[in-house]
Amino acid sequence: MTTMSVRGSRRRTPGAVRRRVRRNLTAYGFLCGALICFAFFSWYPMVREFLLSFQKTNFVGPPEWIGLDNFRTVTEDSAFIPAWTNTAVFTGLALIVGYAVPFVAAIVLNELRHAKAYLRFVVYLPVMLPPAVAVLLFKWFYDPGPGLFNQILDLVHLPGLSWLDSTSTALISLVLVSTWMNLGTGTLIYLAALQSIPGELYEAAELDGAGLFRRVWHVTIPQTKLILLVMLLLQIVATMQVFIEPYLLTGGGPENATVTVAYLMYQYAFSFGNFGGGGALGLMLMIVLMVFSAVYLRVSRDNQI
Amino acid sequence: MKPRNLAILLSAGIALAAAGCGSGTGSTPDAKSSQGSAAPAAAAPVTITVGCKPPKNNPKEVAQWDADVAAFQKLHPNITVEGKDAFPCIVPETFQAKLAGGEMEDLFYVYYTDVQKIIGAGQAADITPYLDSVPAVKTIRPDVMTVFKSGEKVYGLPRVNYSTGLVYNRKLFTQAGLDPEAPPKTWAEVQAAAKKIAALGPGYVGYGEYSAGNTGGWHFTSSLFGRGGDVVTPDGKKAAFNSPEGKAVLENLKTMRWTDNSMGTKQLLRWEDLMRMMGSGKLGMMIGAPNVVQEVNNTFKGKFEDYGVAGLPEATKSLSGGDGYMFNPKASPEKIKAGLQWLEYRFLTPGQGQFNYERAKADGLPVGLPDIDLFGNTEPGKKILDLRKQFATIPVEHFQTYIDANSTVEFKLEPPKAQEIYAVLDTAMSAVLTRQDANIDQLLSDAQKKVDNILAKSS
Repeated sequence: MTTMSVRGSRRRTPGAVRRRVRRNLTAYGFLCGALICFAFFSWYPMVREFLLSFQKTNFVGPPEWIGLDNFRTVTEDSAFIPAWTNTAVFTGLALIVGYAVPFVAAIVLNELRHAKAYLRFVVYLPVMLPPAVAVLLFKWFYDPGPGLFNQILDLVHLPGLSWLDSTSTALISLVLVSTWMNLGTGTLIYLAALQSIPGELYEAAELDGAGLFRRVWHVTIPQTKLILLVMLLLQIVATMQVFIEPYLLTGGGPENATVTVAYLMYQYAFSFGNFGGGGALGLMLMIVLMVFSAVYLRVSRDNQI
Repeated sequence: MKPRNLAILLSAGIALAAAGCGSGTGSTPDAKSSQGSAAPAAAAPVTITVGCKPPKNNPKEVAQWDADVAAFQKLHPNITVEGKDAFPCIVPETFQAKLAGGEMEDLFYVYYTDVQKIIGAGQAADITPYLDSVPAVKTIRPDVMTVFKSGEKVYGLPRVNYSTGLVYNRKLFTQAGLDPEAPPKTWAEVQAAAKKIAALGPGYVGYGEYSAGNTGGWHFTSSLFGRGGDVVTPDGKKAAFNSPEGKAVLENLKTMRWTDNSMGTKQLLRWEDLMRMMGSGKLGMMIGAPNVVQEVNNTFKGKFEDYGVAGLPEATKSLSGGDGYMFNPKASPEKIKAGLQWLEYRFLTPGQGQFNYERAKADGLPVGLPDIDLFGNTEPGKKILDLRKQFATIPVEHFQTYIDANSTVEFKLEPPKAQEIYAVLDTAMSAVLTRQDANIDQLLSDAQKKVDNILAKSS
């Protein structure tokens, strides 16, 4: 009976629905704008890309459905395995370097008593540079001859490195560029999380005789665990799409040492004119990223982020 | 304004804009083609859009283009030419998008490298039935016309044609005690000259070579052709570069890079890298054509008088390069006929359009580069040579060895699936230039297997 009466009370007359719609008109208006933007610039391209991966098209006549041929073509490509391996290694290295460095930087910034705002600005500065400019700046830094890094090594009487020109250092060189470019954003997010930790917890830890490292281990990390997890997932999704660094610095070389899935996708679509192959690679990457995105959604839902 | 009204206005605006974009994109090609097909064949008004009008930052060339358009339209009152300026003239990232969105010009600009790919994909119109209306086509070198052919069908016309040679910095030659009037004729001489130039000091590079972004494979092909080798077998079904000639190309680079140390330490170079190095005056030699000198002068602050071009060392064959125009597959017959007339007027007539050297000289533009060889030893070809000499503004003698060498060199076209093959060959080039212990036999063997696989799939 109780259920029935609740259901009954939720029943709306047409007038009530109209009033409700009118009351929320502003919200629907804004929602509509966002939906149109997403539909045109995100969802439609995604659907189109999905369809392309099963088609052969010249964008002139009607596309031809070719089943899994595009997937067969790209998986049999000699650069396919290196591309996935490099992408995975890049993501792993970017996590080790690019995940820890901003966190440490945030902790240091949080502990500072002076020049905090100035240093925050300095750390965030690389984010303000257009990515292409930042990457090209590193192209000069990495020059084995007059480049900045080898000049520094020379100053301290260490032998210069080949950086981008060696199969053993090229990928890590790209990770360094990526870390430098994205350091500011990560640091600011971590800093915000650190500043939300109640000061009493640190005071209590200090009274218990905890030093800096114990305070970080027992207070900072548990208190920022959630944001660390979310950042980890977001970073995996972002770094697996690495493109601009190999595109501008190495062209995928030397010897395919820096070719990534996104770069191979570009090669297929724009150098070889095979959009189907590019689409197939894109779909594969999207499926992998969707797994991480699903975990992210689960984590954020469970924790009400 | 109330937030609610603002939201409604915003949504309506976006919806209208989106609808506008959608309808524009969708309707343009149909509208264009229906306009073309509905028009009577003879002297009905027809408008053609043409790519690669000179960019606005080059006002003298823009003025020449506009003057040519005006003169052409006076001769053909029913034709309207709408030039579309862009720099660079073709961007691979936008080519397919323009085609898909119906925004491609009726006459679009292409590099030789892309022509066969475009024909293979059915992205250009067959212009064979209309060629009789353009007498100049019959005088174009047959080997140059082959670039735009598939079987007996023709899909475009050339604008610029050249073969590969050796671009060198005359100033550096003099500084290094070399004779700029006697550029290297053999690869042994190139090696010796490169060593002397590199010995000028830190930062000087004797010989530069590409190895990234598919340009390494492109230049490997160029060197291989020069040595008499081939990238694929005559039937186009198998790789042919794992040969003594292919090995010699890589051995030569390996020696210069690691034994002579004359190629600099920075590798993975791409097109603009060598241009920049040449412009900075620190690079001695590179494979290239006269258009490299033009580019170095125009964009990379070099000076014409400091550079020269010689024939490709030891070459009997040479990779041909250049550009031209192809036609939108949706262009109507009237547009194709009008476009062919425009191409003939602007790009294929001695003393006119791009060959109006008198006007170029009067405008202060450089004249004298042997950068266009469309007609060979025919009447128009001779006339163009005479005019170029008559109005030359740059030292033409700096390019004489290139002209002499090319008179006996056979032009060769790029292989099928060029970009895919170049991407594979980039690996071999980058290995030799970045790894001292690179095993050339292994590299060529690996590349051969990969290219065989690519060719097997395409056949």
